[in-house]
Amino acid sequence: MSKSINLKLQVWRQENEETSGDFHYYSMNEVPVDISFLEMLDILNENLTKEGVEPVSFDSDCREGICGTCGFVINGIAHGPQAKTTVCQLHMRHFNDGDTLVIEPFRATPFKIVRDLVVDRGSFDKIIQAGGYVSINTGNGPDANSILIGKDDAEEAFDSAACIGCGACVASCPNASAALFTSAKISHLLQLPQGKVEERARVKSMVDKMDEEGFGACSNHGECEAVCPKGISIKNIANMRRSLIKSIVK
Amino acid sequence: MSILKAALPEKDIVTHVTKLDGKTPGGDLHDKWSKYKSEMKLVNPANKRKYNILVVGTGLAGGSASATLAELGYNVKTFCIQDTPRRAHSIAAQGGINAAKNYQNDGDSVQRLFMDTIKGGDYRAREANVYRLAEVSTNIIDQCVAQGVPFARDYGGLLTNRSFGGAQVSRTFYARGQTGQQLLLGAYSSMMRQVAKKQIELYTNKEMLDLIIIDGKARGIVVRDLKTGKIETHTGEAVVLCSGGYGNVFFLSTNGKNSNATAAWRCHKKGAFMANPCFTQIHPTCIPASGEYQSKLTLMSESLRNDGRVWVPKSEDDKRPSDEIPDSDRDYFLERMYPAYGNLVPRDVGSRAIKRVCDEGRGLGATGRAVYLDFASAIDRLGKKNISDKYGNLFDMYETITGESPYNMPMRIYPAIHYTMGGLWVDYDCMSNIPGLFVLGEANFSDHGANRLGASALMQGLADGYFVIPYTIGNYLANNSMDAVSDTAEEFKESVDEVKKKNDSLLKINGSSTVLELHRELGAVMWDLVGMARTKESLADALEKIPQIKDKFWNDLNLMGGGDNLNKSLENAARLADFLELGELMAMDAYDREESCGAHFREEYQTSEGEPLRNDEKFAYVSAWEYVPNSTSILHKEDLDYEFVEMTQRNYK
Repeated sequence: MSKSINLKLQVWRQENEETSGDFHYYSMNEVPVDISFLEMLDILNENLTKEGVEPVSFDSDCREGICGTCGFVINGIAHGPQAKTTVCQLHMRHFNDGDTLVIEPFRATPFKIVRDLVVDRGSFDKIIQAGGYVSINTGNGPDANSILIGKDDAEEAFDSAACIGCGACVASCPNASAALFTSAKISHLLQLPQGKVEERARVKSMVDKMDEEGFGACSNHGECEAVCPKGISIKNIANMRRSLIKSIVK
Repeated sequence: MSILKAALPEKDIVTHVTKLDGKTPGGDLHDKWSKYKSEMKLVNPANKRKYNILVVGTGLAGGSASATLAELGYNVKTFCIQDTPRRAHSIAAQGGINAAKNYQNDGDSVQRLFMDTIKGGDYRAREANVYRLAEVSTNIIDQCVAQGVPFARDYGGLLTNRSFGGAQVSRTFYARGQTGQQLLLGAYSSMMRQVAKKQIELYTNKEMLDLIIIDGKARGIVVRDLKTGKIETHTGEAVVLCSGGYGNVFFLSTNGKNSNATAAWRCHKKGAFMANPCFTQIHPTCIPASGEYQSKLTLMSESLRNDGRVWVPKSEDDKRPSDEIPDSDRDYFLERMYPAYGNLVPRDVGSRAIKRVCDEGRGLGATGRAVYLDFASAIDRLGKKNISDKYGNLFDMYETITGESPYNMPMRIYPAIHYTMGGLWVDYDCMSNIPGLFVLGEANFSDHGANRLGASALMQGLADGYFVIPYTIGNYLANNSMDAVSDTAEEFKESVDEVKKKNDSLLKINGSSTVLELHRELGAVMWDLVGMARTKESLADALEKIPQIKDKFWNDLNLMGGGDNLNKSLENAARLADFLELGELMAMDAYDREESCGAHFREEYQTSEGEPLRNDEKFAYVSAWEYVPNSTSILHKEDLDYEFVEMTQRNYK
């Protein structure tokens, strides 16, 4: 009923963090175009298991594009060729019969390769721990409607808050900078009165932590915005810088 | 049917005579929680730091509990299976969170939210718990706004609301179609603040595989490091299990691929009762399955039913494209069948109506398992911009998956497994029958009865974590003096050996069926025989078939790799082993419950109009199953005494 295509896969295989890895080559025949990219890898893994080869490790959870668990590089592009789409939401209808697909993990020093295509992005947690919150204990909140927030401000804050922490921005940046990730949280909070209070301390601390974790500096390539599956804007980085300057020049 | 009947085995269900006690405080419904809080014992601030609390899971329940307990001064250790706690599946909740704020001045109140939830659950939830849930709902919104959760606002800067199924007021707060994400990130950020303060020790990539009980109390857990395969032990004075629901027993569901029942099931095997396992919710609006390789189903938020109209062609022979079918040839069947609630009937009612029109042959497409959800009239009425503001990301998501734009043609939807109301049995304190084992969020059974209303899962997860556990755990710790335990205790050693043995045995089977194949097989049996509509025969059939799959699993599993590094097949195999046992208990529970209530629909028990027919005289109880090794589980019953609410037939017409 539905169309199918044949593919050649070139997949990065690496036992663990310590060992070195290399590409392995697999043929995939009659892949239905209606399935998702991860479902295609599910089929590959079924085939490998049947052949007595260990399946390719890759991460995924919600498969709805919101949890940020999945992510790897396809033909040099984080999350593949479709704009604003995580790999779990990428469907095979966007590929052609006979395509060769090179699949490799997100590469960045602060993201350790766990196995094959799986990386550990725990370093993002460290950045959030450095100030990506409003310091309020449970039960202390005033009545929700006592804090007025203009519709446009709320919408803009939301746009920044929509980051899923997948790490594609870091993987695509030539410097492996986490500026987009970090600035998204900083701008989310500084656009709201609740988050404004701690703005100065927050921006300083989070930016320092970003450096400490081994992420590189931002040099305005804009690759991060181009691959971001949630369309997080580099405007956020400008916000972060403005806020950082304010925090230094009092 | 008759052959099945002849082969019907006699299922002996051993029922325990002692009744379970939910330990609901006395007094008037409205005062129970205040009274509890004023009379409970407290742990003084200096002593809190002497207690270690192990929290398992970092969704809304686990995230909010970890943060709050740490803020109070307890030493919290938090465990999650993901690389970061922000990935828990609460993140995928779309539509919203209910709260009785009455900001819309449309007649809402705590009492009304309570009544809607009790009625929506078809009178199978515990009154006092549900009232408390409604009571604390308003605090949740205050808390989340203070954290910086960007809820939808009106032009005046005030919070705005939408309507959800089963309610006639607008009480659902939302952040576009990503409410779960924003609430989870709120809880997660509070948690991270406590991690920075070293009040929480965070353990990522760890899966809980056993509960340790010493002197009758929960005192520790055994976890596997998913990256190294190392088995580790942790001790504490209480364990707070927030590991989510078990919808993935059906293989295809809206749950995340990693959502599983293992932590809860291992607690069950250590003595925690499993309550109402057959209460599983089918969500009416999901994207229909497209083929055999489908790995999961995607939900389209219930909020879409605010503006979308559900219909099928009036005639089963009408195969015209949707835009060529005039209104007069369309059957807007929810509006026709339920004029008072229309497209906003509760989930179970909507799902069954969709199944009925598809069973009549009026379903769409090649599978016949789909109906339209149409936005044309809403776009005409409100404009495309307005609809896009409300549902933009949902429409995009639909188009990404199906390749069709809901702005131009109606969505196609079909029900799918979405949530499990059943779970580990807990008392009013959210504590299981094992002292010191607390269970929060979807992992417990307590608040939704036989059917959960939309936007109430987020409410319950956060209510339990932010506003219930901080009180009840203090009361437990203050009332129970405990000696220190060490993980060199015999109980830990035995458990570690057991866990290792189990993983080894999975790796040694060397058969030919993959985990995925066996899980699909189980899922098909569960959906066909223990799904949206069940009969005595179908359940007996399931009780024969599930053990056969279990046998096949333990004799013919093909599992590659080893146990001392990241091995997703091994993780999935261990989870499937537990699903196979749980699936059987679900069928058993559904078999025992000879009535229809909420999402549990036994075809034998329905009104002449096809609505569920309860039997309050015989089944107004919570079924709580006790695991018995190598034998049939024992059924304990907690009677549901409705003191303040009159049990009536639900009517959404």
